[in-house]
Amino acid sequence: MSAEQEKRAIRCLVAKVGLDGHDRGAHVIARAFRDAGFEVVYSGLHRAPDDIVQAAVQEDVDVLGISILSGAHNTLVPKVIEGLKSYDAFEDTLILVGGIIPDDDEAELKKLGVAEVFGPGTPMEETVEFIRKNVPERA
Amino acid sequence: MGGPADDDEGTRATAAETSVATATGLSERDATLVEELLAGSHRALARVITRIENRSPGYRGIVAALHGHTGGANVIGITGSPGAGKSTLVDKLAAAYRDRGDTVGVVAVDPSSPYTGGAVLGDRIRMGSNVGDMDVFFRSMSARGQLGGLSMATADAVKALDAFGKDVVIIETVGAGQNEVDVVRTADTVAVLVQPGSGDDIQTLKAGILEIGDVFVVNKADMDGAERTLAELEEMVHRRESPTKGLDTGHHGFEAPDHPDGGADEASADGEADDAPAWTPEVLRTVANTGDGVGALIETFDAHARYLRESGEIRATKRQRYAEEIRTLVRSDVGALATDEIERRGGIDDLADAVRRRETDPYSVAAEIVAPIADCVESSDR
Repeated sequence: MSAEQEKRAIRCLVAKVGLDGHDRGAHVIARAFRDAGFEVVYSGLHRAPDDIVQAAVQEDVDVLGISILSGAHNTLVPKVIEGLKSYDAFEDTLILVGGIIPDDDEAELKKLGVAEVFGPGTPMEETVEFIRKNVPERA
Repeated sequence: MGGPADDDEGTRATAAETSVATATGLSERDATLVEELLAGSHRALARVITRIENRSPGYRGIVAALHGHTGGANVIGITGSPGAGKSTLVDKLAAAYRDRGDTVGVVAVDPSSPYTGGAVLGDRIRMGSNVGDMDVFFRSMSARGQLGGLSMATADAVKALDAFGKDVVIIETVGAGQNEVDVVRTADTVAVLVQPGSGDDIQTLKAGILEIGDVFVVNKADMDGAERTLAELEEMVHRRESPTKGLDTGHHGFEAPDHPDGGADEASADGEADDAPAWTPEVLRTVANTGDGVGALIETFDAHARYLRESGEIRATKRQRYAEEIRTLVRSDVGALATDEIERRGGIDDLADAVRRRETDPYSVAAEIVAPIADCVESSDR
């Protein structure tokens, strides 16, 4: 019997990885996601890939948005993805990367399993819309 | 520590398990999820809490299956006004519990926007001492605008963490209103956090939160005004222990541990509960940033858990808590039946319009809606 109404919300983790202190973008994104009705967990600055994995698994987020402006995405993102796989959490997590990512690297990241890369100037609505469309279907 | 908080519950586990299998349908997939959780899969635990939060189909069966495995954790509630330092203190507490070998679960409740339903759950940022330690399971929950449902969802999430095998489960919430008070009441031990110089804060605390605190903590005790806040709290706590004790908790809620009316029943059943010396709330000081006073706070939590066990009060409080859970569930289920019945009769708007046109009255409408439900109850009586 379903006496209560189901109350789903899209849960997102907005994560800052590595030695990168630029979090204005992450804050703006977190706020925009909240205004879109998402539940946003913000990781805080300077997190190691393991910390991000821990947070993503424990919070059971639908979406993991990694903000990287340090240029270390080729080292950090694969580590996060490996970690998610080790907890069986890779398949149904939508992984997004935001920041300054060269085109060649973008292709590499997408091959690894990143769903989309959003560069500077991406309209907020575009990101929100992308999430709404692509959020993993979960039971 | 880490032993069962309530010894008589562990022994019932097997009985509960067998009856649960028949009482609540558990799909094969959910049964696997429960198994994985009990086997220690973090992913399964996280997923179960999501199901609980979403109230998604089948979550009741899951919680029911887990219930038999609960009772092992010490559940601690931490509340206080925004900015009092709850998250930072929870972080330090979790680290201290880990130092002595206990595993920790944390449920941090944050408000959600009443307009969009969205929320920024920021408590995790303060969990700096425990990053990378999977034996601290930290979960943020948003209030999702549920009325009363929040305390149920929190209580169920705590059950999941308890069944998972966490020695200590901490519930963290902003102490703003009745909703939050209900949330921390699902804890065995409640700590109320106050920051120095918040004389006005204490004024507002008086009304609701002061009555549910087993421990009062003046955080940021290195700040000006800490002594005065300590003194004010001390005074208030001892006033609470005055001869009118029981009265001030009695009329505020169904779960008040020392309820004067419910007390008669409890005392005869539990005997010792009445004779044991009552718990006098402790007033402590901490500096969460540096970790000062966290050790003493944990000792006090232990002392309170011991008191609950030895006085037998744990049985009374748990009975009241579960009674309230049953009532809430039944109310919500019967309410849903009534809502269906309203729909069958043309919807609430039509009914209200009929009342407005003086064709009928609210009492008659209500009686008509409840009649079929009442009929069912009566016919199953025979």
